[in-house]
Amino acid sequence: MTELERRNVDGRSELVALDERFPVPDPGEPEHLPRLTDVDEAAADRATRQIALMFGLVPILAILFIVNYFATPPETYIDFAGLHANLQHVIFGVTLGLALTLLGVGAVQWARQLMNDQEIVEYRHPHESSDQERAETVGILEQGVAESGITRRKVLGRSLLGALGLVALPGVVLLADLGPWPTRKFIDATLATTIWKEGIRLVNDVTYAPIKAEQIQIGQLVNGQPENLQDLHGTEFQQAKAKSSIIVVRMNPNTIKIPESRQDWHVGGILCYSKICTHVGCPISLWEQQTHHLLCPCHQSTFDLGDSGVVIFGPAARSLPQLPITVDSEGYLVARSGFTVPVGPSYFERDSRNDFQQGDN
Amino acid sequence: MAKPVPTAAGSDAVAAETPPKQLGPVFKAAAGPASWADDRLGVAKLSRPFIRKVFPDHWSFLLGEIALYSFIILLLTGVFLTLWYKPSMAEIEYGGSYQLLRGMPMSESFASTLGIVFDIRGGLLIRQMHHWAAMLFIAAMLVHSLRIFFTGAFRKPREVNWLIGVGLLAMGLIEGFAGYSLPDDLLSGTGLRFVDGLIRSIPVIGTWAEMFVFGGEFPGDLIVARLYMAHILLLPALLLGLISAHLALVVYLKHTQYPGPGRTNGNVVGYPVFPVYMAKAGGFFFIVFGVITLMGGLMQINPLWTYGPYNPAQVTAGSQPDWYMGFVEGAIRIMPNWESHIGGTTWSWNVAIPGLGLMGLLFGLMAVYPFVEQWVTGDKSEHHILDRPRNVPTRTAFGVAAITGYGLFWVGGGNDIIATQFHVSLEAVTYFLRVMVFVGPVIAFLIAKRICIALQRADHERLLHGAESAIIVRDPSGSYSEPHVPISQEEAYTLTQHVDPLPLAPVTEQGDLSDKEFKAEQRRRKATRFFFLDALRKPSRAELEEAASHHEGDGNGHDGDGSRDVDGHDAKEIGAGSGPRRAQD
Repeated sequence: MTELERRNVDGRSELVALDERFPVPDPGEPEHLPRLTDVDEAAADRATRQIALMFGLVPILAILFIVNYFATPPETYIDFAGLHANLQHVIFGVTLGLALTLLGVGAVQWARQLMNDQEIVEYRHPHESSDQERAETVGILEQGVAESGITRRKVLGRSLLGALGLVALPGVVLLADLGPWPTRKFIDATLATTIWKEGIRLVNDVTYAPIKAEQIQIGQLVNGQPENLQDLHGTEFQQAKAKSSIIVVRMNPNTIKIPESRQDWHVGGILCYSKICTHVGCPISLWEQQTHHLLCPCHQSTFDLGDSGVVIFGPAARSLPQLPITVDSEGYLVARSGFTVPVGPSYFERDSRNDFQQGDN
Repeated sequence: MAKPVPTAAGSDAVAAETPPKQLGPVFKAAAGPASWADDRLGVAKLSRPFIRKVFPDHWSFLLGEIALYSFIILLLTGVFLTLWYKPSMAEIEYGGSYQLLRGMPMSESFASTLGIVFDIRGGLLIRQMHHWAAMLFIAAMLVHSLRIFFTGAFRKPREVNWLIGVGLLAMGLIEGFAGYSLPDDLLSGTGLRFVDGLIRSIPVIGTWAEMFVFGGEFPGDLIVARLYMAHILLLPALLLGLISAHLALVVYLKHTQYPGPGRTNGNVVGYPVFPVYMAKAGGFFFIVFGVITLMGGLMQINPLWTYGPYNPAQVTAGSQPDWYMGFVEGAIRIMPNWESHIGGTTWSWNVAIPGLGLMGLLFGLMAVYPFVEQWVTGDKSEHHILDRPRNVPTRTAFGVAAITGYGLFWVGGGNDIIATQFHVSLEAVTYFLRVMVFVGPVIAFLIAKRICIALQRADHERLLHGAESAIIVRDPSGSYSEPHVPISQEEAYTLTQHVDPLPLAPVTEQGDLSDKEFKAEQRRRKATRFFFLDALRKPSRAELEEAASHHEGDGNGHDGDGSRDVDGHDAKEIGAGSGPRRAQD
């Protein structure tokens, strides 16, 4: 004995067998409850007035926007909510924002209060094709394949595939000039090197004034550049600066570790390091004077400048490259050579076996 | 509907009996053009099925709409910005009206951005609207994808639309980042420097990719123009195409609906497009537009004139990308500093794994999830009724675990801010997150799953024992109890409308399966057991009827089941007696 229930099937009411998957029979659409605006004409009129008022304010606000465009002096500023803001800009935002919001709220309110709110039902139909339709489609395709003659003359299909495959190649090859090819020679001349050379003076990075050893106090940090940076302009300047930026710090030589191999890289405790983080290349700027730590503000890699720039925390993997320096005849700090390893973030072809590691001498 | 009125001659006879229907003035005015269009394109026939197409109503269906409207606003405001913006890295001296930067050398792109802010009336508003809309676009897409995930809307037949959505989200991130980099201010330049390091870190081809993207060494003079092309042409075109496909599929497959009385897998209950959704969705567009305009006017975003032009030797403490890249930023920050030096080569795991790997993992997991779940459950049927998240505890728990992991990575993106604001050590925050990004999702999974099961038990209680009546009754022996009243059929139907999992016992007999198939099936059954473990099965018709007859007898669901203890407390144990069965019993 199968239990039956009355169901709405495709718009018709039919008796169908109870579906065991659904222990509670579908009670059908709940009864529609009228809104206040459906039964009370006064409420409907009130809603109408409210919506019309919202729509009515929109042109007024739009006109205010236009008046503001021409009438408000552009240089007037106001202070509100902790912000110092341009008056004209704020009026633009408020008038246009309110106009658009009122337009939207009015339309939604119209739909909610006054439009028919009786839900209606639409039926879904299976998306998949019937077996017959599938068979018919396959038949048509087969017919087309046969008519094309490709089954008898297979060479046509194969040569067409080959042609389509290879005709894309010129398009790919055309992109080969997107950038210079990083050959060993190119890398050595660009990524692996900077404009630092023997005898180049260390200068202040803003004034380009050369730096004298006695000007730097213990604990002081100076941002520097090579003197020859000012000869470059535009793109070359930016590319060179992205690698050549340095920091010059003076620490008490007795409280820091200076390895045997770097004894002649400093001038009385003045050490010079690359400013470019070995992680992803941010300029490192946060100097902790007492601990001799230098912290990168981007990802918080921390380097110990009192220990040849080794990494003591964070995602950077390599020590900060140190620039060997000395003083020239006039007492100015100069480079003894360029950087001994490439500065900045790693690249695949970089030979990182010679970078300074904790414990090296 | 916009067909012209029948011409007089033929209809005169009919008119004598039933007066011809009078069309309104708008219809009369539109009749000419409409019939012109219909003669050529058949617009009446084409549009008829869509005019009264039914969409179900629910607040959570608005999330995708917010994403769509934000995108339209991005297109509108973006076109405005292109009228003045110059995508050039050529160096010029700033001569605009912002005093503090006068005379500074800067790129033309930064100078033209300052021009939009200070010299074009309304330029700042449109620029800030564009930025806020971008934030909202990605946020809405993300929350929309969570709604789809937790309600199982990605199930057959909607897997393709889920994949399109994953593609939209991924491209949205890239599109956002490209736009963020265009002004060439100090902050965006720092972001580009990071991208340069990220591209470099790709094993083997990294340096080639870097050279090909930047057209030479960082920063070069091409990247802004190239990003501009990607930002205003390539990516918007792809986004627009995918969004169109996304919407077309929603219309074609018809919208899903939540369980409820009158709603079945074979129908869709809701309001017609015309006029209800035209007003509601159209109105909602203007609300989103209005709110973004108010945000653009009243809430400052990316005040790049305070950052200054890009300078590879400068950076600001607290530099962060826009929020949607925060999870990648966090992963980059908390990653241990692993790097391999093999021969003359460097393998930067510390950048490549969190930078590229994490994004790949997120979008990869999202893309395969519907197919994995289908394989696990073996459920090949179509689903148009949404799941209540509690009824699929394992999926919901996976989702919550993913949110937790994402959130922890995201928190990592601000580890310096957390350290300074809460006065904790930066190192401690970082080490804590390194562990928590693995442990946190597991804890979240377990808790979320238990909460789902507890909610399922609460549903069972209502189904079998009814709802609390809020009436306290003292019986002759002096004890107190609260009678329960049966819930409505509407509610009972809603609570039992989901399809129960198919319990799969482990395969023990190989039968005619090959060794490989047998092992694969065993693995699948294991996954199935894990997926359905502890989930409750809904009560059967017989159980519901039995519970109902109990209640009719004494008017108190708990008197009859003998589970009342001496103190007169009702034992609320749902698992006791004829309570729910577990799926794996």
